[in-house]
Amino acid sequence: MLPGILRDVIFDYTLRNVALGSALLGIVGGVLGTFAVLRRQGLLGDALAHAALPGICLAYMLANSKAPLVLMIGAAISGWIGTLLILRIVEDTRLSEDTALGVILTVFFGLGIVLLTYIQHSNDANQAGLDKYLFGQAATLVQEHVITMAAVGSIALALVAVFFKEFKLLSFDPEFAASIGFPVRGLNVLLTSSIVIAVVIGLQTVGVVLMAAMLIGPAAAARQWTNRLGVMLALSGFFGAASGVVGAMISVTGSRLPTGPLVVLCVTAIVIVSILFAPERGVVWDSLRRRSNRRAILEQGQQP
Amino acid sequence: MTVAGTAATAPVAIRDLTVAYREQPVLWDVDLTLPEGKLIAIVGPNGAGKSTLIKAIMHLVPRTSGTISIFGKPYEQQRRLVGYVPQRGSVDWDFPTNALDVVQMGMYGKLGWVRRPGKRERETALACLEQVGMTAFANRQISQLSGGQQQRVFLARALAQDAQIYLLDEPFAGVDATTERAIIEVLRDLRSRGKTLIAVHHDLESLREYFDWLVVMNVRIIAAGPLETTLNAENLHAAYGGKILTLGAIGQPQLVGAE
Repeated sequence: MLPGILRDVIFDYTLRNVALGSALLGIVGGVLGTFAVLRRQGLLGDALAHAALPGICLAYMLANSKAPLVLMIGAAISGWIGTLLILRIVEDTRLSEDTALGVILTVFFGLGIVLLTYIQHSNDANQAGLDKYLFGQAATLVQEHVITMAAVGSIALALVAVFFKEFKLLSFDPEFAASIGFPVRGLNVLLTSSIVIAVVIGLQTVGVVLMAAMLIGPAAAARQWTNRLGVMLALSGFFGAASGVVGAMISVTGSRLPTGPLVVLCVTAIVIVSILFAPERGVVWDSLRRRSNRRAILEQGQQP
Repeated sequence: MTVAGTAATAPVAIRDLTVAYREQPVLWDVDLTLPEGKLIAIVGPNGAGKSTLIKAIMHLVPRTSGTISIFGKPYEQQRRLVGYVPQRGSVDWDFPTNALDVVQMGMYGKLGWVRRPGKRERETALACLEQVGMTAFANRQISQLSGGQQQRVFLARALAQDAQIYLLDEPFAGVDATTERAIIEVLRDLRSRGKTLIAVHHDLESLREYFDWLVVMNVRIIAAGPLETTLNAENLHAAYGGKILTLGAIGQPQLVGAE
């Protein structure tokens, strides 16, 4: 006899879509988030996610459609523009990266809220549900969404599989990569585009406000458990999927809470456990080791 | 200025190179021809453009003007002949990888797109680690290595490039005595095999012991030539400016006072 929830996930149409969709966004977010975190671009992912909101609204207004692919393309384009603007500001002005991030994130998000409010006040019956893009609502996932997410997400995962070696060198030592002739600028575009994909396929479920957690959290937790990039990618994808599914399930079954915050809480639980208890890097083992070292040194010192 | 060899055959020949970040020139009108098979030091005060010069050779920084040729051909065609040891501080050593993996990165250029390193690359990488005395640390996470060991891993990665010319950005900066000896031994071995080694160097005291050719610079090239004729108070004074330099009794330059 299967436990009730597991039986529902397999046989219930809504729950199955929710579980598959949130597992997908967790895997893709976790894998691409690993590169974002290693390149110290976690907050760039946050800005990117916020910058996607006006794109979602404009795509809806122009196409008058809530088809997932239409909204994803809108989100991707405006997220991309936001990201490019940040990188340009850092390169061409004397403003620091955090200033550029702050400016672009708030401007795009503000514009997104203005557009969203305008759409909501426009007596358009079809618009209901667009506001769910703020904090995410896994219950809105239908099969069409899941199929689109799988198709788009597998592009990002395939890019990582094919260019694993190139992305690794780009993340570790971009200058050396350039010296041996890798087109660093092109690879940057490719990797950043993959991160854009990871963000946009999660927006409906997790929301623009908290999507960055799906990039940063799983990767930060995974780094604690391994010293190998390949393992870190797999673990991060697994952590992302686990927290995505658990968060979405709590959100859908009963509570009706927005999915984004619940997913974030699940990710954070994994991060906390990892930071405290992971072997080698865990804070708890670290302090125990330090204490036993100190005792050993003191005992040695007392011997004549 | 001494011109060694002809530009058409020299391992590195630089003509009219100027590099400017914003309005400030970092390198001004550099003409330089470096000889083959020598251990060459680039010295000059902080901000003299030493690192920028070796990065400009590899086209890592945008040039305002100038051409660079490697054995008579443009850098783009000769990339495989150039190995690079960046400053140790230029990367995040907490990256999830081990020493062996970093050394294998030296072969990524030859591997080309998509192909992953295999058994042969692994064996080459192990041999390179052995040359720098790091065999025992092959599987060590790179953040657990000491600064000197990290520097040796970078050198091993350059060895894995199997180049003709090696550009090294402060290879001796902040390393322990063991590492310094290990590095200089490797560099001498490379020189004996006809390779050209170009290192940004900070320690004027060890110049005479380690190097046989010298470039003195401060934005412009002040002097370039064999160490015996180029290492003198006049050139160093021209580069280091207000700081007074004298040549000690054994010919060692010494900083005897600042400003």
